[in-house]
Amino acid sequence: MKRTTIDLWVGIFVALGAAALVFLSFQVATQNTFSRNSIYTVSARFDDLGGLKVQAPVKSAGVLVGRVTGIRFVNDAFVAEVTLAIDKRYTFPTDSSAKILTSGLLGDQYVGLTPGAEVDNLADGGTIELTQGAIVLEKLIGQFLYGKAAGEGESKPQ
Amino acid sequence: MNSENVVEIDRLSFGYNSGRQVLADINMRIPRGKVVAIMGQSGCGKTTLLRMMGGALRPSSGDVRVFGESLVHKKQAEIYRLRRRMSMLFQFGALFTDMSTFDNVAFPMWEHTRMDESMIRDLVLMKLHAVGLRGASHLMPSELSGGMARRVALARAIALDPELVMYDEPFAGLDPISLSVIGQLIRELNDALGATSIIVTHDVQESLKIVDYIYFVADGRIIAQGTADEVRSSQVPYVHQFVWGERDGPVPFQYPAPDYASHLGGGSKR
Amino acid sequence: MNAIANLLRSIGARAIDGVWRLGFATRFLLATLSHTPSAFRRLSLTVREVYFSGVLSLTIIVVSGLFVGMVLGLQGYDTLVRFGATEALGVLVALSLVRELGPVVAALLFASRAGSAITAEIGLMKATEQLDAMDMMAIDPVARVVAPRFWGGVLSMPLLAAMFSATGILGGYLVGVVLIGVDSGQFWSQMQNSVDFRADIVNGVIKSAVFGLAVTWIAVFEGYEAPPTAEGVSRATTRTVVTSALVILALDFILTAFMFRGIG
Repeated sequence: MKRTTIDLWVGIFVALGAAALVFLSFQVATQNTFSRNSIYTVSARFDDLGGLKVQAPVKSAGVLVGRVTGIRFVNDAFVAEVTLAIDKRYTFPTDSSAKILTSGLLGDQYVGLTPGAEVDNLADGGTIELTQGAIVLEKLIGQFLYGKAAGEGESKPQ
Repeated sequence: MNSENVVEIDRLSFGYNSGRQVLADINMRIPRGKVVAIMGQSGCGKTTLLRMMGGALRPSSGDVRVFGESLVHKKQAEIYRLRRRMSMLFQFGALFTDMSTFDNVAFPMWEHTRMDESMIRDLVLMKLHAVGLRGASHLMPSELSGGMARRVALARAIALDPELVMYDEPFAGLDPISLSVIGQLIRELNDALGATSIIVTHDVQESLKIVDYIYFVADGRIIAQGTADEVRSSQVPYVHQFVWGERDGPVPFQYPAPDYASHLGGGSKR
Repeated sequence: MNAIANLLRSIGARAIDGVWRLGFATRFLLATLSHTPSAFRRLSLTVREVYFSGVLSLTIIVVSGLFVGMVLGLQGYDTLVRFGATEALGVLVALSLVRELGPVVAALLFASRAGSAITAEIGLMKATEQLDAMDMMAIDPVARVVAPRFWGGVLSMPLLAAMFSATGILGGYLVGVVLIGVDSGQFWSQMQNSVDFRADIVNGVIKSAVFGLAVTWIAVFEGYEAPPTAEGVSRATTRTVVTSALVILALDFILTAFMFRGIG
């Protein structure tokens, strides 16, 4: 076997293709799938998830600490149960609270964790008790209008 | 098995699925060391016959034996094993257009042998020298004339010293000089290699000079056979017309048509 | 009445012929795949075909990718600026390219650049009896001619699609960030937050691999099946491009339905 100029060109071609794949994998996408060994899962129940989806980020103080791995409806309590996979490097007290928040005005929804004060930390399979569901824009507007109407009603008799 | 006959064909017939009968009741013996021609008009089935000897087509009935082995029920791998002892020269050479002359001749050696490069190089140059084209080894097939391409194809056909060489219209489309060069080469190489050659052709004069025996095929049947001298003096009307190139005879000049006078005057479109 | 009968008859004949061809094409693919070991044992043959179908398609892929990305940058900006969401430009460009345009447009270009060349080459080799000559030398043309071309194409396609997407994203960056002035940090970070490695990049690569397989299969089959005349080869070449385009778009729909359902 001899080396030929074709081999050189094919070598360049394959290198460029590999470079493009590396570019797509690391510059365009983030390697945001946590490996199975480095996570622990906890669950939390919410009265309203809004538009939360599987794979949505879990953040604490604005830093990505985990992912939403499962969403299901609990029929006997009529609430939604969300499974969160959290990176083992981060630990949270058992009385931490979870909120469903929105990034920006129209952005995607994510789960925000606010740490509590207990000494013990959440373990694998644990539950976050303190939760606050999504703020749904329609409800908010409804409350605002209702509140305003009620306020006006109160002020009239004076 | 008769070791003296390289190819034996018994009561062979062949038809396509559409029902058209191409060959019927063909019997042939091609003895070792001879150059045998199969002649006939274009479309008489002689190329089909050649392909059957190479195992590329299978007969509808009858038997084809090459080197004493019947090809009729052979598997592809067994046919390939037999084909390594034979080779075929195609009508227009069928050189690999993306390879140089040298590579074309070296190709069968690269594919079938484990010889080292320097040995292959010497062998290729010897084969090219035999056809007088050692100096053209670097040329691409597109740079060769028709006659030269045919000679390169000949060198490629004998690259692995085959025992049986089949030629499909080796003289088609050649000028008179190339024609006699190819004719002489076929004879010389056959004798030098101790091979057996089968030539399918309609070029009577050139092939009569070099062949030992001739089969005439018309309408899928063998209608005459014999040595060159027997053929020249043959009184079979078809052979006579064919050998001497007469315009009219058993093979009519006119394609079958309605009566001439009524056809012209009748005004019918056909 | 007769005309209708004739029409029905010709439709029926075409349908039967189509099914027949599909069956033969499948058998041909299996035969080609069965010669895979020989295509890789003699790697230089396959490398040569990677050169012809991959390296020679490089220019058209890179240039088209760049322009498609630039157009996406312009159009995306024009749309997003109405919602005041120009920082999402990176997401828009990257997702459109990685998920759809990269694999699909690269495959369409590949079919017309490399697929047609493969068909024409094999068709001409058949018309000039080169394949018969090989067969008579006891060398299987499917192993020696078809299998390396097939694998060369199948291996080149994902790489070409990746390059198309990458240059497209750079083109979007060029227009969006350098020319229009979208914030560079926003452009990349939004993109990185929204593009998922497994769901988007890997699926895009799978798509392009499937397209590469389909296009090369069609190309080698049409070439091998071409009637051995000048007209036959030219018709086969046209058919490769047309059939490939239809198959790519149909497969794209099927694959997208499988891959991205419930994620977006």
